[in-house]
This record gives sequence, structure tokens and C-alpha cells, in this order.
Amino acid sequence: MSLERKMGMATRDAYGKALVEIGQINPDVIVMDADLSKSTKTEFFGKAFPDRFIDIGIQEMNLVGIATGLASCGKIPFISSFACFLMCKGYEQLRVGVAFPHLNVKVVTSHSGISVGEDGASQQSVEDLALAATLVGFVVMSPSDEFQTRALVKLAASYKGPVYIRTGRPKAPVIYNEKTSFEIGKGILLRSGKDVTLVATGLMVFEALEAAENLKIKGIDASVVDIHTIKPIDRDLLIKEARKTGAVVVAEEHLIWGGLGSAVSQALSQACPVPVEFVGLDDTYAESGRPDELLEKYGLTSKNIASVAEKVVARKSK
Amino acid sequence: MTKSVEVSNRPGQKIDWDSLSRTALLIRRDIIKMLGIAGSGHPGGSLSCTDILTLLYFHFLRHDPKNPKWPDRDRLIFSKGHGCPALYSALAHAGYFDPKMLLTLRQLGSPLQGHPDVRRLAGIEASTGSLGQGLSVGIGCALAARLDKKDFLTYVIMSDGELNEGQTWEAAMFASFRKLSNLILILDMNKFQLSGATKEILDMHSVADKWKSFGWAVREIDGHSHKELAQAIEWTRSPKNEPSVILADTVKGKGVSFMEHNNHFHGVAPNKDETARALKELGENDAEIQRILGMIP
Repeated sequence: MSLERKMGMATRDAYGKALVEIGQINPDVIVMDADLSKSTKTEFFGKAFPDRFIDIGIQEMNLVGIATGLASCGKIPFISSFACFLMCKGYEQLRVGVAFPHLNVKVVTSHSGISVGEDGASQQSVEDLALAATLVGFVVMSPSDEFQTRALVKLAASYKGPVYIRTGRPKAPVIYNEKTSFEIGKGILLRSGKDVTLVATGLMVFEALEAAENLKIKGIDASVVDIHTIKPIDRDLLIKEARKTGAVVVAEEHLIWGGLGSAVSQALSQACPVPVEFVGLDDTYAESGRPDELLEKYGLTSKNIASVAEKVVARKSK
Repeated sequence: MTKSVEVSNRPGQKIDWDSLSRTALLIRRDIIKMLGIAGSGHPGGSLSCTDILTLLYFHFLRHDPKNPKWPDRDRLIFSKGHGCPALYSALAHAGYFDPKMLLTLRQLGSPLQGHPDVRRLAGIEASTGSLGQGLSVGIGCALAARLDKKDFLTYVIMSDGELNEGQTWEAAMFASFRKLSNLILILDMNKFQLSGATKEILDMHSVADKWKSFGWAVREIDGHSHKELAQAIEWTRSPKNEPSVILADTVKGKGVSFMEHNNHFHGVAPNKDETARALKELGENDAEIQRILGMIP
């Protein structure tokens, strides 16, 4: 197969559109935002259902607290802001107000990762997956394209319990189509190889697919796994892949601590310890720049994933 | 444990003042017993909010202890979670659970957690214990009522220490802007927080002016006078365009002479001797006092 980089809509746009579809069928869905609805795309819902949309103002703690009250009365609140603001400022409210009582609140953020671009490091969330994963009982998801986003947001709406979903700012390359079916907690084997498994999430999934194409030229046969659900993670698929290929690269637009890399390592270290390498931010924030420049500078590219894959394959033979 | 009292939760009906006084006394005794046996916890802030809880659970709240999830019930968000011994006692005597269970407070496996846990005990409306979050939760309930065109009311009980928290003021400005007249905040102003007097830790100056400037209807009362509490709660039900806050002037440790205004008992349970003395002051009979002391290791 030849891989074509065909750009679809940003995952945040897909979220906004999916919310409108959900709003049409579920009257209990209430959407709230902290003055960023034009960016998170909850504005689409706000226009369609003004009575069920609340712009709280710039107050993330209150946003989560109000969602707690609404959920305790049977509503299904979707709350949105930038990933770094909602998860960092609202974290303790999520912990005590949502995770502890296991309430049916959906936290969907935009501007995850460094592909936020020019706005710079204070706006780029590189730790939200780690924070979300330590909220007990939360499902944590990180979709890779518009079709997956739409499907996962809909699944989140019908799932009973707290969910975190991160979306991104830039247009995302298309991987799936409207017929693809997804399941919470089930990874997707996009390509099956025998030498190394590239495990990726979000924007890095397409990069991993491209890396696999490049590796083929060098005679390395790579698997590509899309892990859209970080928690609960698809251990079975990861272990099966690790047993088959014996080496793993994990790629994520996130710190290499506490996100997908940690989750994959934990799953494999118990059942099938193989060499694992990490593509992500290594104890650093990024900076201002065009998204493509930043992804290049910080190694979040197919090229770097391929070169790290060669490294892990070399480790395997030792 | 002393037997449960009759529940009268019918707003508009004549208030049985004697019954309320007896109930408040029962709750105060329970607080001492529970904390004495548990060996840890927060007596001062439990005793200061006892009368507020008594008026709400035993007269004003629309609730059904046999149907704690009744969708039309009034909500009571107990934001100052550390004062939960008072809440647990009120819930037990209102009929949510057997008062015998009160003495298991803070023990492994008890539904009566050190701070309220909504998943473990029916009647608890919100898991609290992290200060300053309750008003936001109350707003969520008040908004849900408005969305569903229901007439239930949401009460939030908060401590004056929680006014330190920024989230409280986020919630304050939001509630008045959205004209949430179905939201009633009762501030248990006992004038102390863990490290000392609120005026010395972070002086709020005029609390009433602050709430007024945030667009709330404000009433200041004696938080231990059942008559003033009743009048103030009635006042919150009069037609309004804004949320109401009752600033209840209270005494930390109210009802036990050596605990009153004594911040040592913010987060320290009475020892065996103090438990005995406190119960004696609260008019508990000797046999019951001996029974309780026998349960203290």
C-alpha cells in the first residue's frame, strides 16, 4: 500500500461536530466551556443548542465543580478548554469532584501537544495524558484523526463514567473513514510487520505509518499500532505484538513520562519485556514556532520514529 | 446511642422549637461520642454547624430518607467536609441509617468516612473535604433544576475558612450573574481555621460587603439561634432575582464550654477525660457516658 498524506479536519473540529450530533439525540448532554469555545469548537454546540450550552467564563475550577453538580443530578456534562488549563487548573476538582465519586463527566480538551504552534509552551499541553491517567476510574483517549475523534466522542457520550479525550489544533492526516468502527480500550493494528512494533497515539499515528514505509526501504518490517485509549490500555494487543516483533517504539506528542510510553512499558514489563524506545518530549517544554517546525525540532516526525526504530532493532540483536 | 427523633420536614408548617432543640443536643452529644471513640477528627467545626444542619434536616429540607435519590429532593452540599460528624448524626436521626452506625466513624470499612464519600453513604450529596469546592457543585445542582424546570432548592453549607479559596469567588460571581435564586449558601462563620483565627490568617474584612458586591442577597444572623436561622431560611425563599447567602455568626466548639472559641479542638478529638466532661455538660446520662468511655481504647 502506498501512503498518502491527505489532510482532514482538526480533531477539535471533529469533536465540535460530533457534539452537535450527540446533542440531537441526547437531551441530557450539557456542554460547558471556559471562554475558549471558538478554539475548542464547542461553539458549534452552543449555536445549535443555546439552552444547553454554558460559557462559564475564565474559571476552570468552577467549570469542573459545576459539572460535578450537574452530573450528580443526572446530566451528562461535556466540559472543554485547552488541555493545559483544564487539566492543570481543574485537576484537584476533577480528582475530588469527578474521579472520587466516579461521576459521568466528559472532559474533552483541545490544544494538546506542541502542534499548538506559535502560541508557545504555556499553551502547549505535554502532560495532560499523565494527569488524566492518574484520575482513578477515568477512561483516557487520544484520537488520531477526524473519523476516530467523532466515533470516540460518541462512544464517550454513551459510556457511563468519567472520560478524558484530548484533541489537537492543526488539521490531522486522515487514517480512517466514516465506516471504521472503534471500541474503547481496543488498539488498532494498522499494519502488521515482524521486526519492530511502532505504537503511537494522536498525530503520531500517521507519522508512525509513514515511518513504517520508510523502514521498509531499509529492509525493516514494522507493525503500526494506534493506541487511541491510553487507559484502559489494550494489553493483549501490545503483548501479542511485542512477542511477535521483539522490539517496540512508542511515539506520542507528550512528555515521555506518564503518558503512552509509560503505559506501554508497564504493560510489557510485566508480561513480555522487550527493548522499548520512546519518541516524545524528554523533560522539556517546547516553544513558539510553526507546528511543523516544532514537530521537526522536537523529533515528533516519521523520520525520527524510523531512526529510533533502527536503534531499537539493533538493541534486539544484542 | 440515643433513639431517633421524629422528623418534621414540612416548610410552612409550625416549627416545633422544643423538638429542634432536643435534636441539636442529640447531635452535639453524638459528635463528642463519635470523635471520642474515633480518636481523631474535627469537633470545633462540627459543633459550630450543628444548629444550621438541625434546622435544615428537621424542618426545611424537602427530602425522603427512605428514597435518598428522589429526583425532586432539595440538595444539601456540605462543603466543609471536615465537619461531617454533625452531618452524619443529622442524617442518622433523620432516618437515612441506623444511628448505631455513628460510632463506627473513621473505622476501616465504615461508610462514615473521615470526610464525606458520596459512594459510601446514602444521603451524602457530594464528596467533600477539599475546601472551597462546594459552592460550584451547588451551582451545578441549581442549574440542573432550572434546566429540568424543577422547583427543588440547593443549599450549600460552607465555612468561613473556605472564603480563602479562589474557587469560592469564581462560583460567587457566576451564581449571581446567572441569577440562581434557587441557590442558598449558609456560611458557618466560626471565625477560626486550622492555624488560627481567620482574621489573623487571611482577614476577609467585611464578608457581608464582599457578598453584596458579588451580587448576592445577604442576611447576617446568630447561627445558633433557631428562630433567627428559621427566619433567615424563610427569607431566602421569598421571590428573588439573585442567590442568597446567610452569614451565620457561630461559635467554634459551640455547646462544650472548654471547646468554645478554643481552636485546639479544630482538628483534635477529645481524649477520654474530655469526652466524659463534654458529655456531662451536654446532659448525657452517666450510664451512657460510661458505655462510651468503655469504647475508647
